[in-house]
Amino acid sequence: MNFVLDALRYIFDPASWAAGATSPLPLGDRLVEHLEYTAISAGAAALIALPLGFYIGHTGRWRQTVIGVTGAMRALPALGVLFFITMVAGYQLPFLVAATVGSLIALTLLAIPSILAGAYSGLESVDRQTIDAARANGMTEMQILFRVEIPLALPLIIGGLRAAVLQVIATATIASFAGLGGLGRVITSGIALNDFTVILAGALLVTALALVVDGLFAIVQKLTATRFEAGARSGADASVAAVGPE
Amino acid sequence: MSWALDNLDLVWELTLHHIRLSIVPIVLAFVLAIPLGWIANRNKTSRAIVVTTGSLLYTIPSLPLFVILPVIIGTRVLDETNLVVALLIYGVALMMRSATDALGSVDATVLQAADAMGYSAWARFWRVELPLAGPVLLAGIRVVSVSTIALVSVGIIIGSRNLGYLFQDGKQRDILAEVGTGIVASLLIALVFDLIIVLLGRLTLPWTRSDAKRSGSRGSSSQGSDDEALREDPVVATYGEQQR
Repeated sequence: MNFVLDALRYIFDPASWAAGATSPLPLGDRLVEHLEYTAISAGAAALIALPLGFYIGHTGRWRQTVIGVTGAMRALPALGVLFFITMVAGYQLPFLVAATVGSLIALTLLAIPSILAGAYSGLESVDRQTIDAARANGMTEMQILFRVEIPLALPLIIGGLRAAVLQVIATATIASFAGLGGLGRVITSGIALNDFTVILAGALLVTALALVVDGLFAIVQKLTATRFEAGARSGADASVAAVGPE
Repeated sequence: MSWALDNLDLVWELTLHHIRLSIVPIVLAFVLAIPLGWIANRNKTSRAIVVTTGSLLYTIPSLPLFVILPVIIGTRVLDETNLVVALLIYGVALMMRSATDALGSVDATVLQAADAMGYSAWARFWRVELPLAGPVLLAGIRVVSVSTIALVSVGIIIGSRNLGYLFQDGKQRDILAEVGTGIVASLLIALVFDLIIVLLGRLTLPWTRSDAKRSGSRGSSSQGSDDEALREDPVVATYGEQQR
């Protein structure tokens, strides 16, 4: 337990957060970097995977192919992909940006499968009869997608985003070995200095960050789920609650 | 390609290490998750505990878990046990959610019929519940297998010898082909494991094969109505508390 207490002391030491402290400090800067990387990569992955997932979930086309590709992408070893892409980026880009750009591309790539799976499995989980009812009511395909399918699939879509964001937080930590900043830097510095207190402090910080972000996603997921369940309970069909007053 | 051929001995040796390190967590995760899934289906409280614990454990990032574990289980920092235990934790976290859903998906009337026919609770579990939960368990263990094999290579950072060595060495010596070889070898192991699991599934669950054929020839069943389509993605499901 001494190690943990030392690590906590290191984390809560004001000197660890003071501006201008030597690398890997100040911790605040590393934390902000970590959040930036996560937002950029998960955001880029969502821009690619959500439209694709909605298309597949809505039309049912390319389903088997995408399930296969998603599975194969999950099999990719994160460390290898990070090193491969940062090395290729190193041949093409200026030295100063290569590691960051390469890592962000790798993180984006690794975040895609979960978002895609959440989007298409979410849309598939919507009752076929509800969609048929919406079509019979004269909704266009776009209206069905945005006013019926996506609202009803929201808990699963957010579940996919949640899995992807947590994967990025974890992989961004490893990416410090490929030259990315962020909280992983605290761990790599600890390893380089052979200082287990610093390693443990970094590990505890990343874990805390992941648990907090996970908690926030859990709350959002619960809110989106109960909104429609409340509508369903009040006597109205879930699809009516999702469409709302015209 | 020529790099891989020139270093075939090294690649093969690392591949064997990689397989050895991943096989234990995959098998143990499967074995441990089934009783946990059974407990989760007893009542609402046990279910909430199992599902939430799984979700929380799966949330812990890998590298931090690798370095925190020695403090908890009292191993040395560079001990291989840390990697295997960490992979087992992730495997169980993923798999117990699958097992919970799998055992929960067995029709209650089927269980009542088994009771009425005089099955003891023990026999009912082994001869009715477990076989019927088989297909969902199979889907779960396939995901566990794939993600475990992908994660093993991170273990190179904490001193484990596996295909991750090719990533680290390739980066340090700037040999792109070496890193690429490591990625391909890791993907191949995942593919072979997946084929073996599917094959084992065919052997132990022979009826699922004929089911698939029948539903295929039925044709009229609209997409999204069969079990396969409605099954949630296990990784996404791990993060969903609500039952749908």
